[in-house]
Amino acid sequence: MSKVTNILVCGVGGQGVMTATEILAEAAISLGFDVKKTEVAGMSQRGGVVTSHLRFGPEVLSPQILAGDADLLIGFESAEALRWGHMLRPGGVALVNSGRIVPPVVNIGLFDYPDEPVAQMRALGLRVHDFDATALAVQLGNIRLGNTVMLGASSDWLPFPAEVLRDAVLARFGSRKPQLVDANREAFAAGRQAVAGETLAA
Amino acid sequence: MSASQPVPAAARLFLSGNEAVARAVWEAGTRVAAAYPGTPSTEILEVLAKYPDLYTEWSINEKVSLEVALGASMVGARAFCAMKHVGLNVASDALMTMTVTGTEGGLVIAVADDVGMSSSQNEQDSRYWGRFAHVPVLEPADSQEAYAMTRAAFELSERFRTPVILRLTTRICHVKGVVVAGEREAVEPGGFTKDPRRWVMVPGNAKPRLPLMFEREAAVRAEAQTSPLNFVVDGSDRRIGFVTSGPAFMHVREAFPDAPVFKLGLSCPPPLESLREFAATVDSLLVVEETEPLLETELKAAGIACYGKDVLPRTGELAPDALHLGVARLRGEAVPEPEHVVPQQVFPRPPTMCVACPHLGVYYTLSQMRNVMIAGDIGCYTLGAGHPWNALDSCISMGASMGTALGMDKGRGKVDENKKVVAVIGDSTFMHMGMQGLLDITWNRGNVTVLLLDNRAVGMTGGQDNPGSGRDLHGEETTRVDFAKLCEALGVKKERIRVLDPYQLPVLFKALREETKIEEPSVIITDRPCVLIDHYVPTKPYLVKEDRCTGCGNCVDVGCPAIHVTRRDKEVKASGKEVDLSFVRIDTSACTGCGLCVQPCAPEAIIHAEPVQTLQPVQFVRK
Repeated sequence: MSKVTNILVCGVGGQGVMTATEILAEAAISLGFDVKKTEVAGMSQRGGVVTSHLRFGPEVLSPQILAGDADLLIGFESAEALRWGHMLRPGGVALVNSGRIVPPVVNIGLFDYPDEPVAQMRALGLRVHDFDATALAVQLGNIRLGNTVMLGASSDWLPFPAEVLRDAVLARFGSRKPQLVDANREAFAAGRQAVAGETLAA
Repeated sequence: MSASQPVPAAARLFLSGNEAVARAVWEAGTRVAAAYPGTPSTEILEVLAKYPDLYTEWSINEKVSLEVALGASMVGARAFCAMKHVGLNVASDALMTMTVTGTEGGLVIAVADDVGMSSSQNEQDSRYWGRFAHVPVLEPADSQEAYAMTRAAFELSERFRTPVILRLTTRICHVKGVVVAGEREAVEPGGFTKDPRRWVMVPGNAKPRLPLMFEREAAVRAEAQTSPLNFVVDGSDRRIGFVTSGPAFMHVREAFPDAPVFKLGLSCPPPLESLREFAATVDSLLVVEETEPLLETELKAAGIACYGKDVLPRTGELAPDALHLGVARLRGEAVPEPEHVVPQQVFPRPPTMCVACPHLGVYYTLSQMRNVMIAGDIGCYTLGAGHPWNALDSCISMGASMGTALGMDKGRGKVDENKKVVAVIGDSTFMHMGMQGLLDITWNRGNVTVLLLDNRAVGMTGGQDNPGSGRDLHGEETTRVDFAKLCEALGVKKERIRVLDPYQLPVLFKALREETKIEEPSVIITDRPCVLIDHYVPTKPYLVKEDRCTGCGNCVDVGCPAIHVTRRDKEVKASGKEVDLSFVRIDTSACTGCGLCVQPCAPEAIIHAEPVQTLQPVQFVRK
């Protein structure tokens, strides 16, 4: 592979966007790629917008992905995926958690949450695969498995085998809490299965 | 690192710029490193603290951290301090004299500019401090360079006996890249040599040192001419030659892979003769620098024709998209149409206070008060300016709430006669730069009520310890400051100092009303830990009994992110007035049971969730 792969991960502060991107980066590093990763952090842990840029290839210069240049958009939250939809390149793929996180500015009535963000993305001509990753994680026993579910879902759109990403996920959580390995293995598989039929059709 | 967490061996590591700087500081045999946390520089000291064989501390502000580093340098040790751009303003007083004394042990100051302003009150270019203080500036472009230039900075510092500024930006600090690292080198401090003519900067001693400073600057300029930190990347398309530094170099290479580029690593003082030679080899020269047209001005002053901020953005990052636009403008070409869908307008999602944040109660109370002018400060407190509280009238710089409030009090005319003046400040901010302002308030008999919000952490940067938490950078127990006694020592009468629980709204409201009525300095200290730090203990969560909720929305005004509006309605009162109703639900999985929302709920619709409500599993349907 000669070109640089661009992956944009977006969501809300506290969802694990940065950790997920870090794991994707570790997978790419394990294959010997040059890798750069950047994000807008700072105040984002307080419920703000989080975007994380990951670029890997033979040589990566700028850490930033340009609008219209992302191969893959991983949206941890519906409205955030819509917000960053313009980052996708023509023919790029968006994987979107259809779960919603409604911010205080919407709660107090200053703004509206968009109706059907995923449908709006499709209406713009974007290729979107969506499923409720939050609900799936809760069903698996822990809402915090959501980012592993999303990584599993993304694993068949990467320029390397899904197993490489799965191993990076298990290495990350296994080194901290060995009891999390099985739960994450299951979450990864569930996420992968959730969009499995769509990969072949795509 | 602790015994169980060995330092990673020299290898291919995936490090952020901050981590790379920390690694290099350790490898350079540094003995003392100090900082005050500030985005985007915070992680440098956090990471460095885990390495063995050097002393690391959180200082109470950047000036003190630089003084600590200078003291270590005086005794011949390698020393380091880190700060964000606005921190160097605070430290500048020490810097401007250090540049005259010079240094002994290598002394490196990492300054992180928040280019693009992700979390700062201004955007400023720290390279100016290099010119102002006549000290060399190094500008890495990615993690590997951040590592290598930190090592180089210590050598440069010792060779020229000068402090060296390592200018970082957000896209260095918070970008991770692959770094080939090494091992720690043993550097023994040379020892202190008494030399009052060098270290005691009275005018008689300082005057003869000024020519030495300019000699040094000339020597560093000669170094810049030949330094491998400054180099040219050749290119076949010679229509435009780029002069650039820092992460902008990567953006230039990305956007124009065929163009020749003069890359400055040691950018101050700039190698003007080399740049003149480079300019002669290209049709036109474009200076790509974040953020000020500093080099551009220097080149023009040296008679080297160039373009710069006339075609490039004056603020923010110079990412490839901005460069494409600027170069199209320079060449008189049409701006290429972007090949992507139009960005969609989605509601803003600004940062919010955390669930159960102890500041929620304070800002809710302030938002209920009328006729009050509120001088705010830096940190999480700034979020009080946002919805739903709108409870700040100013926010200038760290610790500025005190002086600003005093000025509001002293300067007000008839129209503001009946208003109360309140200053809001956090614990760490108070110790960083607020104490002096409070002393000024008491000394000059200001009629200001100070709200000192003690959450025992530097909250905004991630909950770092400070003298108010009673722990140091390493989590070890140490002296814990007594804020009530401190305020008393600064001249506030004992009876005008109250320590309250910010979760008790009626008590807070009553205290605030009483203290603002009394025409003398008063301090209300609120005492609850930040919910993000380890020492916070959550209790039983609450839920909303939906049949009791009247939709009054009082709980929504508290601003807790765990409260969600499920339905809106309108009600026409007997008076004919239309009232908006907001029926709510509490996200029980997020609620920590602080009870703030319970207090303004008249119908008592918010009750303990017993047993603890769990999220309903949703059946997953495979497509």
